[in-house]
Amino acid sequence: MRLLNLLKIAFKAIILNKTRTLLTMLGIIIGVASVIAMLAIGEGSKESIRTTISAMGSNMITIRPGSDVRGGVRQERSAMETLTLNDYYAIKEQANLLTYITPLVNGGGQVINGSNNWPSTIYGVNPTYLKIKITELQSGSMFTDAEVQSAAKVALIGQTVVDNVFPDGQDPVGQMIRFNNIPFKIIGILEEKGENTFGQDQDDVVIAPYTTVQKRILAIDHLESIIASAISEDDAPEAVTQVSEILRKQHKLTETEEDDFHVRSMEELISTFSSTSEMLTILLVAVASISLLIGGIGIMNIMYVSVKERTKEIGLRMAVGGKGSDILMQFLIEAILISITGGILGVLLGLSSTVFIEKFLNWPTSIALYSIIISFAVCAITGIFFGWYPAKKAAALDPITALRYE
Amino acid sequence: MSKEIIRIEDLTREFTMGAETVRALRGISFTIKEGEFVTIMGSSGSGKSTLLNILGCLDQPTAGVYEIDGVKMKDLSRNQLATIRNEKIGFIFQSYNLLARTSALENIELPLFYNSKVSSEERRDRALKAIEMVSLTDRMEHTPSELSGGQQQRVAIARSLVNNPVMILADEATGNLDTRTAYEIMTIFQELNKQGITIIFVTHEPDIAAFSNRTIVLRDGNIIQDYQNPKILSAAEELAKLPKQDD
Ligand SMILES: Nc1ncnc2c1ncn2[C@@H]1O[C@H](COP(=O)(O)OP(=O)(O)OP(=O)(O)O)[C@@H](O)[C@H]1O
Ligand SMILES: [Mg+2]
Repeated sequence: MRLLNLLKIAFKAIILNKTRTLLTMLGIIIGVASVIAMLAIGEGSKESIRTTISAMGSNMITIRPGSDVRGGVRQERSAMETLTLNDYYAIKEQANLLTYITPLVNGGGQVINGSNNWPSTIYGVNPTYLKIKITELQSGSMFTDAEVQSAAKVALIGQTVVDNVFPDGQDPVGQMIRFNNIPFKIIGILEEKGENTFGQDQDDVVIAPYTTVQKRILAIDHLESIIASAISEDDAPEAVTQVSEILRKQHKLTETEEDDFHVRSMEELISTFSSTSEMLTILLVAVASISLLIGGIGIMNIMYVSVKERTKEIGLRMAVGGKGSDILMQFLIEAILISITGGILGVLLGLSSTVFIEKFLNWPTSIALYSIIISFAVCAITGIFFGWYPAKKAAALDPITALRYE
Repeated sequence: MSKEIIRIEDLTREFTMGAETVRALRGISFTIKEGEFVTIMGSSGSGKSTLLNILGCLDQPTAGVYEIDGVKMKDLSRNQLATIRNEKIGFIFQSYNLLARTSALENIELPLFYNSKVSSEERRDRALKAIEMVSLTDRMEHTPSELSGGQQQRVAIARSLVNNPVMILADEATGNLDTRTAYEIMTIFQELNKQGITIIFVTHEPDIAAFSNRTIVLRDGNIIQDYQNPKILSAAEELAKLPKQDD
């Protein structure tokens, strides 16, 4: 009965003080919504980087030439010719934590088919490349080890190349193209992968035996890199160490000499990029916290001022027989109703603006449950506390003192 | 002889404002019996409101005794005082103190919201009855800002009646009313007084004091006169004597 009466009183008061109610709610709504949306952007970009990298093969290991000379002069990577086929054979034979391994050489050039031409990149690899990169074929088939041995002029192309060089929709498999004036027979088409997070078109590629690319296109003996896949993602760090040891032996490096190569697992790449996006998230969290703080101060202000303003009302309510606890309960109910409603609206706004950002701005987002909980809790608690605390002070006065309050 | 309802003894109230001390009540004593109709008179600033606030349990005396029905108010908790205000006292403020943006009827209902023994139907019934007594039924949906000063005062009077108090404390309850309305209100008070309700009525006007059975006069925080009224006028009769208004 008593609670019902107080609920009625609180409800009436909320309706009476429309402006205050709206302003307080606005503070809460904006605070909650902005935190949710910002953290969703941060989490979303982190997640999308992770999925992109995983799709590239999360147990992939990349070996590149180059040294980590600190303070000294670093040579440009392409100028380094320290990685050779012998290294590849050595790793292939000795490393037992790898499933697949392929040499890799690449070069840019023009793909030509009759009057159509398109600038692209040719990758020279062995047949395991598709396994390492987790890539399927749309049609045709991969070249064989024998074709690698014989440096056959066969190639597979990505969808972007297909679209640009075969615009009239004929089946490219079995057709001839020229890459930098070297004729290649197309034997397969790679599945479509689209852009990765870094904006790279993964379909703008030509794949051919590394022997062919080395001899006919680049005229080199060394390798640009070697890529391999570890038995599993968990084995990747161990495999990196193993490969490093093999290469140090192979390159006859003494204890004091630094590596003249880089071995990297995808995991490292993930953490590199994650830490970048982690920074983005931290930045967003900082901005979000500030907006939460400002929202909180807004709520605090409005609640505090309005309760102060209502000291007279509190005095009157006590004068006609309201107990201190009745008054407190009323203001608490008011504060809870306003804060919770504001919080819920804020969550809804946060979620819908996140969907909006995802749909219309095409930013990857991922809504974090903790952001909802934290922002809601912070705003609700601020609202409730600052609705309750000044009321508690007012209710401790003698009715006449409260009534006289100006 | 009916029993004492109020007893004060050596009551003082001082207000400290910085270094200065205002002595609003300087040690006053009296008793009021159940069913008395007392007017408190005195010039402005003599301490009438201060005294009434203490009698209404809205304020605490600096020193002295205040008893209702033999119970010392000093010994009661804040909650017990709230219950007394809620159930025993009807208080009419000099400055009305109505809730803004709230209808007259809801203002009148207010004390009953804090009495959990009163159901919402009863609350509404009693408020309607009280507003009828002050002839404002046709204005019950109006908010204070839509009412004249006198009408607001009548809402405040109705609010003081709604909890069926044993005593009504009125601070200049007719201060803003024309003679006719003032007499109407005094008729109501005399009616209530006949039913046994004790009334303490602060006023400036001697003709209003003539409707009570006792007058206490204050000056500078002291009682300078306290006398029984030799001839109590009937407000209803006086009202009838007033020249008819042509409205
Ligand atoms: N809260 C307060 N703080 C300081 N002084 C006060 C306070 N309340 C009353 N006083 C002082 O106490 C004295 C008595 O005031 P009170 O309001 O009781 O007068 P009153 O007899 O009701 O006058 P009026 O007829 O004008 O209403 C005045 O001098 C006033 O200034
Ligand atoms: Mg006064």
